[in-house]
Amino acid sequence: MPGKLKVKIVAGRHLPVMDRASDLTDAFVEVKFGNTTFKTDVYLKSLNPQWNSEWFKFEVDDEDLQDEPLQITVLDHDTYSANDAIGKVYIDIDPLLYSEAATVISGWFPIYDTIHGIRGEINVVVKVDLFNDLNRFRQSSCGVKFFCTTSIPKCYRAVIIHGFVEELVVNEDPEYQWIDRIRTPRASNEARQRLISLMSGELQRKIGLKVLEMRGNAVVGYLQCFDLEGESGLVVRAIGTACTLDKLSSPAAFLPACNSPSKEMKESPLVHPPSHGCRSTHNSPIHTATGSRLTQNFSVSVPTLIYTGMGSGSAGKEGGPFKALLRQQTQSALEQRGGSPHRFCRRREFPFFTLTAFPPGFLVHVGGVVSARSVKLLDRIHNPAFVGIMGNTRSYKLLDWNSFNSDEPETRDAWWAEIRQEIKSHAKALGCHAVVGYSESTSICEEVCILSASGTAAVLNPRFLQDGTVEGCLEQRLEENLPAGCGFCHIPYDELNMPFPAHLTYCNNCRKQKVPDVLFTTIDLPVDATVIGKGCLIQARLCRLKKKAQAEANATAISNLLPFMEYEVHTQLMNKLKLKAMNALFGLRIQITVGENMLMGLASATGVYLAALPTPGGIQIAGKTPNDGSYEQHISHMQKKINDTIAKNKELYEINPPEISEEIIGSPIPEPRQRSRLLRSQSESSDEVTELDLSHGKKDAFVLEIDDTDAMEDVHSLLTDVPPPSGFYSCNTEIMPGINNWTSEIQMFTSVRVIRLSSLNLTNQALNKNFNDLCENLLKSLYFKLRSMIPCCLCHVNFTVSLPEDELIQVTVTAVAITFDKNQALQTTKTHAEKLLQRASTDNEELLQFPLELCSDSLPSHPFPPAKEHLESASSNSGIPAAQRATSVDYSSFADRCSSWIELIKLKAQTIRRGSIKTTVTVEKASPMGEGNFRNRSAPPCANSTVGVVKMTPLSFIPGAKITKYLGIINMFFIRETTSLREEGGVSGFLHAFIAEVFAMVRAHVAALGGNAVVSYIMKQCVFMENPNKNQAQCLINVSGDAVVFVRESELEVVSTPQPAASCQPSCTGGEVTT
Amino acid sequence: MTSELDIFVGNTTLIDEDVYRLWLDGYSVSDAVALRVRSGILEQTGATAAVLQSDTMDHYRTFHMLERLLHAPPKLLHQLIFQIPPSRQALLIERYYAFDEAFVREVLGKKLSKGTKKDLDDISTKTGITLKSCRRQFDNFKRVFKVVEEMRGSLVDNIQQHFLLSDRLARDYAAIVFFANNRFETGKKKLQYLSFGDFAFCAELMIQNWTLGAVDSQVDDMDMDLDKEFLQDLKELKVLVADKDLLDLHKSLVCTALRGKLGVFSEMEANFKNLSRGLVNVAAKLTHNKDVRDLFVDLVEKVSCSVGCPLTPSWPVPGLYQCWMLPWTHSSWNPAAPTTGH
Repeated sequence: MPGKLKVKIVAGRHLPVMDRASDLTDAFVEVKFGNTTFKTDVYLKSLNPQWNSEWFKFEVDDEDLQDEPLQITVLDHDTYSANDAIGKVYIDIDPLLYSEAATVISGWFPIYDTIHGIRGEINVVVKVDLFNDLNRFRQSSCGVKFFCTTSIPKCYRAVIIHGFVEELVVNEDPEYQWIDRIRTPRASNEARQRLISLMSGELQRKIGLKVLEMRGNAVVGYLQCFDLEGESGLVVRAIGTACTLDKLSSPAAFLPACNSPSKEMKESPLVHPPSHGCRSTHNSPIHTATGSRLTQNFSVSVPTLIYTGMGSGSAGKEGGPFKALLRQQTQSALEQRGGSPHRFCRRREFPFFTLTAFPPGFLVHVGGVVSARSVKLLDRIHNPAFVGIMGNTRSYKLLDWNSFNSDEPETRDAWWAEIRQEIKSHAKALGCHAVVGYSESTSICEEVCILSASGTAAVLNPRFLQDGTVEGCLEQRLEENLPAGCGFCHIPYDELNMPFPAHLTYCNNCRKQKVPDVLFTTIDLPVDATVIGKGCLIQARLCRLKKKAQAEANATAISNLLPFMEYEVHTQLMNKLKLKAMNALFGLRIQITVGENMLMGLASATGVYLAALPTPGGIQIAGKTPNDGSYEQHISHMQKKINDTIAKNKELYEINPPEISEEIIGSPIPEPRQRSRLLRSQSESSDEVTELDLSHGKKDAFVLEIDDTDAMEDVHSLLTDVPPPSGFYSCNTEIMPGINNWTSEIQMFTSVRVIRLSSLNLTNQALNKNFNDLCENLLKSLYFKLRSMIPCCLCHVNFTVSLPEDELIQVTVTAVAITFDKNQALQTTKTHAEKLLQRASTDNEELLQFPLELCSDSLPSHPFPPAKEHLESASSNSGIPAAQRATSVDYSSFADRCSSWIELIKLKAQTIRRGSIKTTVTVEKASPMGEGNFRNRSAPPCANSTVGVVKMTPLSFIPGAKITKYLGIINMFFIRETTSLREEGGVSGFLHAFIAEVFAMVRAHVAALGGNAVVSYIMKQCVFMENPNKNQAQCLINVSGDAVVFVRESELEVVSTPQPAASCQPSCTGGEVTT
Repeated sequence: MTSELDIFVGNTTLIDEDVYRLWLDGYSVSDAVALRVRSGILEQTGATAAVLQSDTMDHYRTFHMLERLLHAPPKLLHQLIFQIPPSRQALLIERYYAFDEAFVREVLGKKLSKGTKKDLDDISTKTGITLKSCRRQFDNFKRVFKVVEEMRGSLVDNIQQHFLLSDRLARDYAAIVFFANNRFETGKKKLQYLSFGDFAFCAELMIQNWTLGAVDSQVDDMDMDLDKEFLQDLKELKVLVADKDLLDLHKSLVCTALRGKLGVFSEMEANFKNLSRGLVNVAAKLTHNKDVRDLFVDLVEKVSCSVGCPLTPSWPVPGLYQCWMLPWTHSSWNPAAPTTGH
């Protein structure tokens, strides 16, 4: 009996009136965990009952602690009839199971009912006493930390990054198993909510077990999804990256060091370009090529598609031996783990990482985007086929119509395994042994399911993959040879044996290695990447009509369409990238959604101009009928328009690449500025001469042939994308390339739109236009709504498309708007050095993990092209402005020790503020939620609300603040249903209220854990169904994120300097805005 | 292509002050959009009418959801569904409870009943304020009235505590509640020139000096009901007019107290006798409910007529009232009434 769960029900408030006669409620509470139930007394006739119950104690296995949610049901007592349920609260007690996270859950939780929504609040205190018995860790995995964040969490350092963990569990869906489908909506909704809560607990426990077997202690980049397969069941699956993490802040160790040494550490990375290729980019395989060539490059393997073609992994020229060595080591590292005699070794055969940002030095090279899709038929439960082979064999067939019993998770396992296998082989073809920024998704329509996986093929530094023993000469040499800011761009594959025809040029940065001309990746922009100008959101949108069909015919039709869609999406992306005068895409996410009669494709990515890559060529339009004069004229008109757009975009995104590259001192290869075209076949030899011929001139224009109206449409649609209004930027990555002076105001939001297509004569073009308009209008609306935040940037813009019905298209967007300081943005041309400095100030923990390397080495020279700004930055390195230096002092280390002090100051500040204003309401401060209280400092009558502010953001950080503690993962699933749709304000009113309620419940849980923010927040699912004729609607929402405690950097300063708080106060009050 | 569903939900609830005002003023979504278009917002932001429509809808929906909470403002503070910065919460509440001068003059002193509510369309037509807005304002009055009636303690404090209004607005509501409770007639043509501010000023003084609460702070309804005993005692004031010596003494005391403080001092001094007689006559009748209701009508009719000059804004009821009451409140001398404390 390894755990005792203790629950106390304190009070309720704002309860609904359950007794019409008295306008009051006789409420009591049932507390249920596992099969044990306790009840409080009935508190008669009150809407604000004070139960103040005893401690209810549950003695349970830690396995149950992990799986089961705590269920709290509030009921209205009725003497004569059955008690009426008011609503429920599910509390995931997982955060209490690891020592560093929360110790108590205490606070006001919204009481939620699936029919009525939130109905009042209940104050609950939950504690767990764990009896640590290490032998018991057979079935439970208490103590493994989970993070949604797709980078190493801010107050930890990665000792080892073990690799991929995955698991899935399958169950029947209560919605469909209800006897004869006669269900009360409430009963079936609650059964579903409870089941999914249970399944995700179980899933997390199982993944935790795998992590323990790998000797890790945490899962980073944990992504859990639900597949509602309808009649064939409910799948909950999760992937993540197992790591061994060390907590960074031990106050005693760092406190004395905070002055001089930490500063040194901070500065040293600037002048230390070696190894910090933190994030990778992908190489887009389809390069400056003519229209006809495009098709060549494109490999159409049904149903999976790889952007980058095939290639062998033999050593390249210069960095060749290194690369080979590195590759060998990486592989051996990976294989060693894969081959280890553990039970779950099979799963570790996939060298995948769900991370999108990496510790410095982790990422060495990036190959390109790899993706695989597979169309599957979901089977009815009674179909017994293939059960025989279920044991250990897996099917690696690309397309497998054979039915499996869906009760068996192995069926789904096998499906995913084959997709992963394919991804792995694609990565290998690119000369890479690992896949980073890896993610998986599904799209289901009736019985057809598209499984998708994508990631970025990469070469990793083996140092992190094994127990620290490998660090040796290889690493040293490696670092010497990899200049910062461009290392990750260098091709990992062999240029003689290129997987696809592409233009390779010498890296503009180091001049030593080859780079592709365009790079596509699914990860975030590495912090040390040298970027010119700003980035922007680039989207490709596409619809394809499909005939309605059944089963296999349907699946075949879909799989036939898929490659064409991928191809077009890719072409669109490429065109738009060129139009923006940029040369790389980060955070690429391609979503294919299947509906009854159409397929939708939506690709989002953030375009940037990487200094290391060649300047992109323009877009050239070629007409097919050269004789027609007016046609010619039209073409030239279009061409002019395109050129104008490119020029305008260059200005807009401040893309002014340095023109002169020859003057680089010590540039090894003088680059002749010839306009020559590289058309390299595999047989072509690559001696020095040809290499010198490589160039990055403007001649490599991208040619668009206009041979029919479709093509014309495409060109037009290229030009219809309106840039965001001035003062707005948008990207779908964590940080906006080119902006680094964030201020602290953030606003996270979710926006949902559903349009109904007029069913008459739908054509692909009309469909495309509708879809395009939908997305563009949505963006325009966002810009308008957030206009008060200008200058600001929409970060982590995440579009999700679904096709709930025949003629309905639903687009859901979640993003965060962050303000930035415009003035500062203008003066600081982002140089590599400055960016690093900035970064150092915000998360120098990452850098602190290599204090020895960073401090002891001498300063290698900057291998930057000597553009003016670089020179400036280099010179400024020696004398970093005092202000910047001040911000870069590391306070995290002693934050813990000082936290009580901070509290004290906050309290004082609060009392002072309170004293100065007239308040009439007396409110006692609820202790766990008081955290955010001190921020509410305005407006007389409302100044003392008990509701703490909880920020939410899809990013892994909070601008201007330091995350001091991770409290645990938030993973919540809600169903809301109504039978009075009109009365609730129609579909919009219904969904608006529901999403607001979901936010509220997330915030309440975070506050109860003692946190004040959710980072890496994501709305993974928002399934909306309506039946207006019956006045009904139903919606399912699944959200997750990491609950954290953050402290404003300005407040940290208050602590560090014994100066009166007054001097620092303005800076922290200024940006105080709730989100 | 028709938009079926279109929503935007922020973690911090977005409040657009301009749209909030339009909503409070009772405009429909389409009217609000038209008004916003006219304000030139499209040109400023480069947005389209469709964007504006969707934005307005969003805000209206939010306000609609917030309205339930605004009916009990402390709930707005404690609720968890909308995360709104405190300054914005205060703004929402303050604006929601704000009222139009034109409207309040129409219903001031009327019974806040269903009957009055039915007349709102007439008021709407007369004042040009939308019916929706009239209803909101009326319901606000009524709600505040219901909550604070039969409550102990200071009326203003009670209102402030239960509705979190600013001091100024709470005082206005206290006046409205006080007038509604005592049903003072304010709608007569003769009283039209008086502003709500004038009445509110009177109400405040009356609450301070004439109500039960002025004597005992532990009674229910203490600031709302007039002190019957006090009204009874006012009869005794007749001596001030009847007795020549007392009249002179009263005059000298009032004049000393008001010299230099009143713009119309000389007129007051010249007409003191008539003035005093008028006031005392009105005061003596206040034992009848009907006469209490007509207090302001009588003051204007009898007092100002007896003085021979109509009460003008520079010689308003409050001024009158003040000068008349001053000797009882500010001097220790007290001829007849045992109401010195008032």
